[in-house]
Amino acid sequence: MVVAIIVAFVGALTAPWLHRWLGHAAGWVLALLPLGLAFYFASLLPEVVGGQTLRHSLAWVPSLGVNFSFYLDGLSLLFALLITGIGTFIVIYSGGYLKGHPDLGRFYLVILLFMASMLGLVLADNIVTLFVMWELTSLTSYLLIGFHHSEFRSRRAATQALLVTAGGGLALLAGLILLALMGGSLEISELLGQGQLLREHPLYLPALILVLLGAFTKSAQFPFHFWLPNAMEAPTPVSAYLHSATMVKAGVYLLARLQPALGGSEVWSSTLMLFGLATLLTGATLTFRHTDLKRLLAYSTVAALGALVFLIGLVPLTDYYAAMGFATFLLAHSLYKGGLFMAAGAVDHEAGTRDITQLGGLFRVMPLTGVAVVLAGLSLAGLPPVLGFIGKEVLYVAALQAAPAWVVGLAVLGFAVGAMLALLLVVPFFRGQPPQKVHEGPPSLWLGPLVLAGLGLLLGLFPGLYNPLADAVASAVKGKTVAYHLKLWPGFNLALLLSLLTVLLGVGFYFLYPRLQAWMAQEPIPGPENAYVALLRGLMRLAAGVERLLQSGSLRAYLAWIFAGLVGLVGLALFRGGALFWPAGASSPRLEQVLLLALMFLGAIGALRLRSHLAMVVVLGLVGAGVALVFLLQNAPDLSITQFLVETLTAILIALVLLQIRSIGPVPRGRWLDKGLALGLGGVVTLLMLGMLAQPFEPHLSQFFAQKSLPEGFGRNIVNVILVDFRGLDTFGEITVVGLAGLGVWALLKRRRREEQP
Amino acid sequence: MEILLAFLVGGLAAVGVYLMLRPHLIQFLIGFLVLGNAANLLIFTAGRLGSQFPPLVQPSGAVLEPYANPLPQALILTAIVIGFALAAFGIVLFYRAQQALGTLNAETILEAPDVSPAPSPVDELPTEGVRR
Repeated sequence: MVVAIIVAFVGALTAPWLHRWLGHAAGWVLALLPLGLAFYFASLLPEVVGGQTLRHSLAWVPSLGVNFSFYLDGLSLLFALLITGIGTFIVIYSGGYLKGHPDLGRFYLVILLFMASMLGLVLADNIVTLFVMWELTSLTSYLLIGFHHSEFRSRRAATQALLVTAGGGLALLAGLILLALMGGSLEISELLGQGQLLREHPLYLPALILVLLGAFTKSAQFPFHFWLPNAMEAPTPVSAYLHSATMVKAGVYLLARLQPALGGSEVWSSTLMLFGLATLLTGATLTFRHTDLKRLLAYSTVAALGALVFLIGLVPLTDYYAAMGFATFLLAHSLYKGGLFMAAGAVDHEAGTRDITQLGGLFRVMPLTGVAVVLAGLSLAGLPPVLGFIGKEVLYVAALQAAPAWVVGLAVLGFAVGAMLALLLVVPFFRGQPPQKVHEGPPSLWLGPLVLAGLGLLLGLFPGLYNPLADAVASAVKGKTVAYHLKLWPGFNLALLLSLLTVLLGVGFYFLYPRLQAWMAQEPIPGPENAYVALLRGLMRLAAGVERLLQSGSLRAYLAWIFAGLVGLVGLALFRGGALFWPAGASSPRLEQVLLLALMFLGAIGALRLRSHLAMVVVLGLVGAGVALVFLLQNAPDLSITQFLVETLTAILIALVLLQIRSIGPVPRGRWLDKGLALGLGGVVTLLMLGMLAQPFEPHLSQFFAQKSLPEGFGRNIVNVILVDFRGLDTFGEITVVGLAGLGVWALLKRRRREEQP
Repeated sequence: MEILLAFLVGGLAAVGVYLMLRPHLIQFLIGFLVLGNAANLLIFTAGRLGSQFPPLVQPSGAVLEPYANPLPQALILTAIVIGFALAAFGIVLFYRAQQALGTLNAETILEAPDVSPAPSPVDELPTEGVRR
């Protein structure tokens, strides 16, 4: 299993080369990768259906409990089969759909990388592995939505999808870590057995909210549904694969996976049912606004995802119908929606439009695509004899068992819109005149839809084929063994009546649709997307504000921030650390020392007052020479000599420069802020020195240098030995700095000379 | 003496900071040098005063007590030299700036080059109602 995932990633990386090498045939060859993986996972069917779970682990950071561990049960196997199976046809389809596109090689690469990440996501057992794969699917989805990156709308949709799903991913990470802390393990398979403990833990609610945020954003649940229809800017294979069949189901998968651990509480069931139903109805309602095939299908996907979340919420409340309905409806939806999307893309590709009001008479010119659409449409409408019918029947039974009547009624309304959509999709194939010069696309374009829709029919006619795997899926979701007999014809019951009602309502909606569509498409309806835009704008404005505040471009402002920070931090440390002392036992100053210090201070004050340049240099020299004299009086001859030398050189340099500048001109009065900062910093420095002098002195290091200077450094001047021997590297660095400064000065002056003699 | 020095260093630091915050770059430079001197004195005092002899080893191998602390002296020696290198570079830079731009006012020197701002991502957001 670990090998399969590695093969998927490595195989994806070879895609651009294979594409360059094989040209148009690359799609068919690359499809062998998902096909081979599909066969591998299919070979594991007997074991999993037999009730076994497979687990493989590769150590990653074992000391932290982080592993590449993977876990295969019915639920992950169904997803793995969907990902690889549909992926096979998607890769073939992409070759036909994007034929001749200059970036097709990159497209193969990213879509196969997505497939590998999605496989890793549904197989992951370790929550860190799960999170990494989760974010990888968000990233690849971003790249695929923005595939037509020269178009603004694509870029915006891609960014939106990334911000929403990756943002949710962060919440998910936090939630999963909380779960791991509560359950004491990073492995999901171990957390699943601790449902009781998790549900009674005080952190249960925060963890649940965070996990739900991750799942809801990924699976486009209300109020985060808006990114999914926008993501239809992506090329159609992407919409068919990521945004209907697989990636958007990652959130649903996670909820189903964690159901045995987190489910069973009041808040779990009511939240999932509430948001699921809201999403179902939102998707259904907004369907009425559109005539674009892909948009219509996108809102229908939103509705279906809502139905799946609703079902997961129902799982703890029913014996097994909800889990079974989940297993059946999930597969049915992936099959018919993947097929419909590909068919829509094929129609767009051949007829040049996706507007259902413009299309007509297609069956005569595109019979194979037509058959696929009819079969998938039956599934979407929930009519016999296809899998979609069975899925919806079991769903209705589950809802009737545990949900209030009004909830069931709303669900029926939501599904009725699905039936209407099926009619909307099928009718253009039969009514009206076929457009000119439209014909069936190449096999790559009709193979996928036909196979997926045909599978829906096959499994509908012979539900026994799927029954063992469905039982395994339902068992994984339910948390205990489920055995249920799937039947195409369950006999006359209330659910069948509801199905009939759904279809009748759907037909009614179909006749209402033209008028409703014209009415609803007029005005932009305010929705959560407005909040998203407002949030983004607010963020940008905040960033601009912070930039204006901190990155003003003004030297004085930067310095003011630095000095204020210094005053604040040092002041806080002094105050909090209790380091405010008056030193005892300091030596009393002699008269000449007092005079010297007073002279220096007067010099400094003079620098504040004076306007003449040369006077400033003199004043500066007063301070510098004073410092040198302090060094001399305190037995630091080397320092004193260096200081005198440097002061002299600096004074000469400044004087030379100042000769060029006659006057610094009128200078504005000092701001109170500047004065306050200066006094604050001076005060802090004084307090710091007083506090420091009050501490006992630690002479070890100095004694070490004094003792080792002669025997180990072979020099009697301890300061010099420290510089060139004990701290030689420091001095080397210092020489480098001086050298660089010299180079800088040289470069600055040289440039001037060149300018002077052009 | 130490206490007096503490107040002197505080005063020098205040003067340095104030000058650095002034708009004219020459004042900034002077302030920078004054602040550097204050910092050196701080380090020096941290090594304690009150010595009688410089940190030199006698030919006999002994150091006359109480000798001045050699460690801060070594640190300050490095600091003085680096400070000078920085000051020298700054002086020449300001000299060139004065020649090229005709001003050394930190507030107005920025307005000489005009760099047009890059479009911010906010401009890319939809302006009318949300399009679906």
